[in-house]
Amino acid sequence: MSATAAQRFLHDAAVKSADLVHREIIQRGMDSYDAAHLKGRARIKDWEAARQKCQAIKREAINHLDRYLLQFEEKVISRGGHVFWAANGEEACTYVKNLATRLGVHTIVKSKSMVTEEIHLSPALEKVGIKVWETDFGEYIVQLRDEPPYHIVTPAMHLNRGQIAKLFREKVDPEIDSDDPAYLMAAARRKLRQAFFSAEMGISGANFLVADAGVIAISTNEGNGRLCTSIPRIHVVVTGIEKVIPRLEDLAALWPVLATSGTGQGITTYSTLIGGPRRPGEVDGPEEFHVVLVDNGRSQLLADPEQREVLHCIRCGACLNICPVFRHVGGHTYGTTYPGPIGSVLTPHLGGIKEFNHLSYASSLCGACSSVCPVKIDLHHHLLQNRRNATEAGATKSSERLMFRAWRHAMLHPRIYALGGWSMRNTLRMIYGLGLAGTILDPMRVWNLHRSPVPLPSESFRARWRKGLGAN
Amino acid sequence: MQQKISLFVPCFVDQLLPQVAVDTVKVLRRIGYEVEFPEDQTCCGQPAFNTGYWDEARPCAEHFVRVFKHAEVIVCPSGSCVTMVRTFYADLLAGSSLRDDAIAVASRTFELSEFLVKVAAVTQVGATFPHAVTYHASCHGLRELHLRDEPLQLLRQVKGLSLIEMARSEECCGFGGTFAAKFADISAAMGDSKAESVAATGAEFVTAIDPSCLLHLQGILGKRRAPARTIHLASILAQDGSTQERP
Repeated sequence: MSATAAQRFLHDAAVKSADLVHREIIQRGMDSYDAAHLKGRARIKDWEAARQKCQAIKREAINHLDRYLLQFEEKVISRGGHVFWAANGEEACTYVKNLATRLGVHTIVKSKSMVTEEIHLSPALEKVGIKVWETDFGEYIVQLRDEPPYHIVTPAMHLNRGQIAKLFREKVDPEIDSDDPAYLMAAARRKLRQAFFSAEMGISGANFLVADAGVIAISTNEGNGRLCTSIPRIHVVVTGIEKVIPRLEDLAALWPVLATSGTGQGITTYSTLIGGPRRPGEVDGPEEFHVVLVDNGRSQLLADPEQREVLHCIRCGACLNICPVFRHVGGHTYGTTYPGPIGSVLTPHLGGIKEFNHLSYASSLCGACSSVCPVKIDLHHHLLQNRRNATEAGATKSSERLMFRAWRHAMLHPRIYALGGWSMRNTLRMIYGLGLAGTILDPMRVWNLHRSPVPLPSESFRARWRKGLGAN
Repeated sequence: MQQKISLFVPCFVDQLLPQVAVDTVKVLRRIGYEVEFPEDQTCCGQPAFNTGYWDEARPCAEHFVRVFKHAEVIVCPSGSCVTMVRTFYADLLAGSSLRDDAIAVASRTFELSEFLVKVAAVTQVGATFPHAVTYHASCHGLRELHLRDEPLQLLRQVKGLSLIEMARSEECCGFGGTFAAKFADISAAMGDSKAESVAATGAEFVTAIDPSCLLHLQGILGKRRAPARTIHLASILAQDGSTQERP
């Protein structure tokens, strides 16, 4: 029997959280992010007001998703573009695959898109013999390693330059003899340049779909996004339906907040708006322009008023960066497309509550994620709701259910509670007195594997109160 | 200011860390309050609530509300347990006849440092503690109750105390209630990082307003045989310099 997602998570988390090399790489990466992020936030006059503005924009968009998506579609079609509504990943992949086959595509260049990861688009295309190039530097690296992205913004943050140089020597050019970042970047660029000019199709995601203008908005830093969307003769945009925003002017709030939260930049190096194929008289742009709007479980989330706001997410990665669990277990441990707090909230909805319920619990509920979310998603409280939903759906262990029922009984009867506490302390004292702490006879075994035993006072507070402390 | 304070003592403080509550009483009495301890109190319900068992947590919350319904003001030496009452009771008791009472009780429930600084307007409680101390900003106090500066204001007034800031003082220590058992390895790794931050300060003590964080952290420090020890804020504030009492 193969391991469940929960078993894999527990295993990988144990390995990764004890891996001090990994901890140091991530800690260093996060420290530099923290510094940039704080500096970026200081540039915005009123960060809290900016968050509220972005939250309001996304709330309006999500609450009227039907209207804004149709408005977006109409505009795109009027400019000669195509829009395909995909209910799930399979439909989206089939559409792109058929399009590529029909138009004789052999090579595809991709700019970074988490939705294409979510629906496993690249493997679907490769299966029919199409060569797919990831052209974002980090994505290119993890593609060479045959790995999913480690992080939604910085896919290769788990690797240091030495590891990347070694990888490039093996997979890109045996002559590579330096781990200088600019040198490695140049090597990748030489390779990718050929891909850009041979590809018949470019695939991108979209950071936003602007309803009133009927354009997609992309924020990138490497320039690969513009090459993917302008050189090949076909441009396909694959994106989630929740990316729509009402107005072009909303980007004035969202672009800087996304960049600040993602990397600490004031705005990303390239901010691109694209609204359709090349028109008569224009020199650049693709002949065909397709937008694939992916639902894949999002409508279901939309139907839940308590958790609808999870669709506000603009995939900035801030909640991953600040999350102490992410910092210790790393992105791959989650085994999901979206790791970290947003992934733990979202995945049980997209991938099934039974299979991914453990992620709702894999959080200390510290709330750091919610405190940095630029669109103010109450992430850690949604984890609590997911836990409640799982319990109500009977997805938790029956032993745990029984334990909490017994616990409730004790808590409703102060005497039973006090007696229970007294006997627990005395039992533990006896066990520890016999030197059995941490053995299978120790009810606190899991605690004591990593910690010294809890103190076991001879008297509880209530006993001390009764014995005289209570006299004011 | 002879207001009567009803003490809300978290169940694990009652059973495992009674000195924290004893010290809370000491501090409150020293600045002139009368203190009572409603003996029917048990647990606020947080363990069940956080694990998803709202049906089990609800009657505990109702029990709590009944016990404290007539209290003038309720003080608790735990940011996390106050969070349960203040932030979550309204949702948890959405369908309960006690919901309005719960909201009223919640509005009169305060974490100790919050009560001292914001309600009683006292930062000088006459404490002496001649030691190097670093402060861990526990999550619930910081991000649910928004208590960032209150504990520090109190610590700065303690005679002889030198306060050393630790790196990433606002990062979670890794306790997280049942998280510490369900994901013991992650919890311990997070605790380990926190212990590193504590060690780097060279402080003799690490303090916080949440005894649960300290219980976990003391276990981690103990396992590592680290020189630093944990001490709850109430226990620092209770030291009046009159005895050589070592916390």
